[in-house]
Amino acid sequence: MLLMAAILIPLVSAVLIALAPEARAKTIALLGTLTQLVVACYAATVFDWSFSSRAQLGMSLAWFEGLGVNLSLGADGVSMVLILLTGLLGPVCVLASSTAITTRVRTYYAWLVVLQAAMAGVFAARDVILFYICFEFTLIPMFILISLWGSTNRRRAAIKFFLFTFTGSVVALAGLVYVTWFNATLDRASVPAVILSQHELLGTWTFDVSTLITAGQLMSAGEQAWVLLALMAGFAVKVPLFPVHTWLPLAHTEAPTAGSVILAGVLLKLGTYAIYRFALPMVPEAVATYAPHLSMLCVVGIIYGGLICWVQTDVKKLVAYSSVAHLGFCMLGMFALNNTGITGSILYMVNHGLSTGALFLLIGMIYERYHTRDMNQLGGLAAKMPVWATFMVFFTMASVGLPGLNGFVSEFLCLLGAFQASSSWGSGAWGSDIEPVAAATPGALGPWFAMIAGTGMIIAAMYLLYMVGKVVWGPLKTPHGHSAGHAEHSGHGASHGSGGHGTEDEHAHGLPTDLSGREIATLVPLAVLCVVLGVYPKPLMQAVQGSVDQTVAVVRTPLRSQGATPAPARHAPQPTNPAKTHGEGAQ
Amino acid sequence: MTERLAFLYPEIVLFVATCVVMVLGLSKSLRARKSSAVVAGLSVLVAGFLAVVSTPRASGDASCPLSGVVFSHAMTPEMGQVLLPELAPYAKAVIALVGALLLLPLAGTVDRSDEAKIASGRAGFDPLRSNRAEFYAFYLFSLTGLMLCASADDLIWLFLALELTSLPTYIMVAISTSRNRSREAGVKYFFLGALGAAVFLYGFALVYGGTGTTNLNAIAHSISTGGLNTITLLGMVVSILGLCFKIAAAPMHFYTPDVYEGAAPQVSGFLAFVPKTAGFIAILLLCAAVGWGYSHAESGVGSLLHAVSADPLVQGTGKRLPYLLWLMIWVIAALTMTIGNVLALLQRSVKRMLAYSSIAHSGYMLVGVLAGPGDSASTSGVSAVLFYLLAYGVMNAGTFAVLAALERGTDAEGERIEVETLDDLRGLCASHPLLGWTMVVCSLSLLGLPPLLGFFGKLPLFTSGIAAGQITLVVVLGLNSAIAAFYYLRLAFTPLLESRDEGTPAPVLAPFRSRAAGAVIAAVGVLVLSAVGGWAMGHAFDAAKVSGAAAVTAEGH
Repeated sequence: MLLMAAILIPLVSAVLIALAPEARAKTIALLGTLTQLVVACYAATVFDWSFSSRAQLGMSLAWFEGLGVNLSLGADGVSMVLILLTGLLGPVCVLASSTAITTRVRTYYAWLVVLQAAMAGVFAARDVILFYICFEFTLIPMFILISLWGSTNRRRAAIKFFLFTFTGSVVALAGLVYVTWFNATLDRASVPAVILSQHELLGTWTFDVSTLITAGQLMSAGEQAWVLLALMAGFAVKVPLFPVHTWLPLAHTEAPTAGSVILAGVLLKLGTYAIYRFALPMVPEAVATYAPHLSMLCVVGIIYGGLICWVQTDVKKLVAYSSVAHLGFCMLGMFALNNTGITGSILYMVNHGLSTGALFLLIGMIYERYHTRDMNQLGGLAAKMPVWATFMVFFTMASVGLPGLNGFVSEFLCLLGAFQASSSWGSGAWGSDIEPVAAATPGALGPWFAMIAGTGMIIAAMYLLYMVGKVVWGPLKTPHGHSAGHAEHSGHGASHGSGGHGTEDEHAHGLPTDLSGREIATLVPLAVLCVVLGVYPKPLMQAVQGSVDQTVAVVRTPLRSQGATPAPARHAPQPTNPAKTHGEGAQ
Repeated sequence: MTERLAFLYPEIVLFVATCVVMVLGLSKSLRARKSSAVVAGLSVLVAGFLAVVSTPRASGDASCPLSGVVFSHAMTPEMGQVLLPELAPYAKAVIALVGALLLLPLAGTVDRSDEAKIASGRAGFDPLRSNRAEFYAFYLFSLTGLMLCASADDLIWLFLALELTSLPTYIMVAISTSRNRSREAGVKYFFLGALGAAVFLYGFALVYGGTGTTNLNAIAHSISTGGLNTITLLGMVVSILGLCFKIAAAPMHFYTPDVYEGAAPQVSGFLAFVPKTAGFIAILLLCAAVGWGYSHAESGVGSLLHAVSADPLVQGTGKRLPYLLWLMIWVIAALTMTIGNVLALLQRSVKRMLAYSSIAHSGYMLVGVLAGPGDSASTSGVSAVLFYLLAYGVMNAGTFAVLAALERGTDAEGERIEVETLDDLRGLCASHPLLGWTMVVCSLSLLGLPPLLGFFGKLPLFTSGIAAGQITLVVVLGLNSAIAAFYYLRLAFTPLLESRDEGTPAPVLAPFRSRAAGAVIAAVGVLVLSAVGGWAMGHAFDAAKVSGAAAVTAEGH
């Protein structure tokens, strides 16, 4: 019920916002998202973290019985963590929008909270179709947010965003339905009894996630490859991996601040989460076979994204492209297919959401004040906005991967995972106390992947520090040329030369020169988490450990190699039996 | 004979209502004239109700789901077709519900200027000039024909029913506005319709030549016992090609955009559902007579053609339509959806766009025809088609009703100026929130965006296609949904996101409340069916049961 509440509360508040007067919209949105956060936190306390591999807090309602579609929800450790992230970014986004959004306020907040509901639904879904529904439904609110409140090129960005993701996910749906059909035609007699006892729905028409994951493992290698291709067609676009990333910089750049924050913070994680939830355990053999190829794309993305960042003059575009590079790290860790890599990858999802989300917030604050994001027009802002500059430097460091902050932990784990994921040299000799790499480790990533990707870290440091150097330090420069002219000195402290600055640049919104209390309030929780997760990531790692262990075990020892029969026999599809469908892990 | 009549109660009711409506429309009293629409609507609903409660069931003791009354007319081959023995009640109920929904926007289509003159005293009532009654009578005739299709058990009956469905629509198109382009559309529609009818009548004749009978049960029996000879197969191929006209499938789709654009939008909406449904029912009946039980490995017609079926993922699902028929429908399905969606991208006129979208949706449904029967709603393509007809009927009625409910003033002759292009819909959500949101909901549903009704319509087409091994075609279907996203998004978001240009007046509401009501009811229907459509899908699955006889037919090969 708690998960259902986490989805329903935003939906109800969306209806309330639509009915309430304009002036109340923001308050209701804030209350709605805060309630969602509270419910998510409460769910996290009820959640039994010692069994984090198991789907908990489950519930199930029949929806389209004939099709076997159920409203079934449940969360394992990874889902729970991501639901918490979603809940946290909700109120942050509402707070961040209060001065930026002045037109059609009700529509804006209504869609923003609907988006929150859909994202929570993706992480909580335990039914493939329900997952797909939520996954697709995130497109509509985001499309509207970008195309109504975005900047100049918004319509094109919104359409491109929608078409890329929609096209991919339709193919992914075909893959998922294929697995469903495979499961329906599976002959139960050919499946080992141990597995059957755990998954009663094997061999029937069902969209239950855990059943389909098991069934998928029984597919032949060829089928798995095709299904992997279909799944990646949908999920890689969302992540986004290298050749299909082109929608992301455009969407990020054009979206309103809160839109960018949600896009970076959660929406991209829908792709990585889907790969973790479906691709890895459902078609483990194919993943193992093609992990090097996919990782190659990740590495290309890391380097290519980084190099593009370097030549950007638009700050927001720079951070957007940095997302391409960062998500490359995240996926590289995932395709390392070992404990270290996948744990790092999941940590990366959270950390990237925090630090990049915060960077977008900070850029939004600048944009609201100066109406530009051009690095050539901005400079030395530390002099005028010390608080902003502090946060900017802090989150840049988190993003670069400064040890002690969150980015480092996950980036290091991802690279270490990729480094270890080799069956040839380097195994055992490196970090044997962390995890001995079995010779059977599928995939042939290895030091080379990690080394090349590692140069991506250096590139990241270069472009981010370059950006900070230009915007935060250096001679004061703002688009209002007259005020910049006074700042003769290059030192940041010395540019208080003209006392009139403070009043001169205040805008109609009533924003102070430096950050307001509200703006600081949006950044502080993110900053605190960055430090906490950087210094003491252990709780988070433990939280996802059970789930990761299970996935790694599945990938290492595919079900097909355990069963007596290499290729399970098939029989005619079983009619759907609605009475048999039940919520997995319902308690 | 009396049992056989039990099949026809709905049609009898509709026919009686037609006569009543014709008389009522000639009355001098405005109230009596106005009541003709009410009589038409009520009779359609009563017909639908009767179809559900009085149609004999194959199981013999089916009870009425509404009243709980048990009917013990067991159905026999003498009484009607037993290929899809449960088809009639479901199909007629859907026809009645969607038909009633399509009636609402028809208000004031043909007699508006006349009635205005009478009301203002510029002219007296002249029965010779009054055509309201005829219009509603044509509407009822067309629905009668459609319901007759669903109970047809004979090729001649089927042909007459198909023609009864179509003939009134030719006139409805021509008189729907007083502009020349409507008459042009009517003529175009009539001639191409006659061509289509000639083609499938030729096909029916060939089937008769091949099997020696026109009775569908006997044809199925003949095929199952004597095998499918070449003439019969050719007859089936030609028949289905001719029926492609009714469902607006390539290569018989060329009339669609012109006719839909020429007719008043409410009539275009009617065209998008009624002949299409008739065509799909006829196609399903013919396919059921042939059976879905052929293995293609044995046919071996041409290695080039086999490349299509040499799908790496197809595994041992040998149960399909005969190869030639399968191949033709496969190609038509892929062509139809691709042509429909790609050409829809290029349109600025909303009606043309919806016309091409209607073509594309026929392509989607043909995937279900190929997939054939199955033993659950998720694997039965027939059930998927039947459910999709309901889904498409409702969401499509909504979009056309919105167009019907709006107008940009009237011209010198008092003829309404229609909402033509997407630009006319700009800012609709601000000026007419209910209509605007109806457009948004119905377009997104047509796009197949989850969790709306269109998605749940497409999902069984997807699943049944994959279950039948038609993976390539399903991927084509998926990619087409993505192409369709482009224009449906424009249709959905022009009202919501774009604002009206300065100086262009907002469209005004047509002075017929039932038109807007029809739109809103359709939108509510889409939302309600999205939530509880599983119930309707259960009935669609019941209606899609292929009888044992046909199953034996299938095993015979």
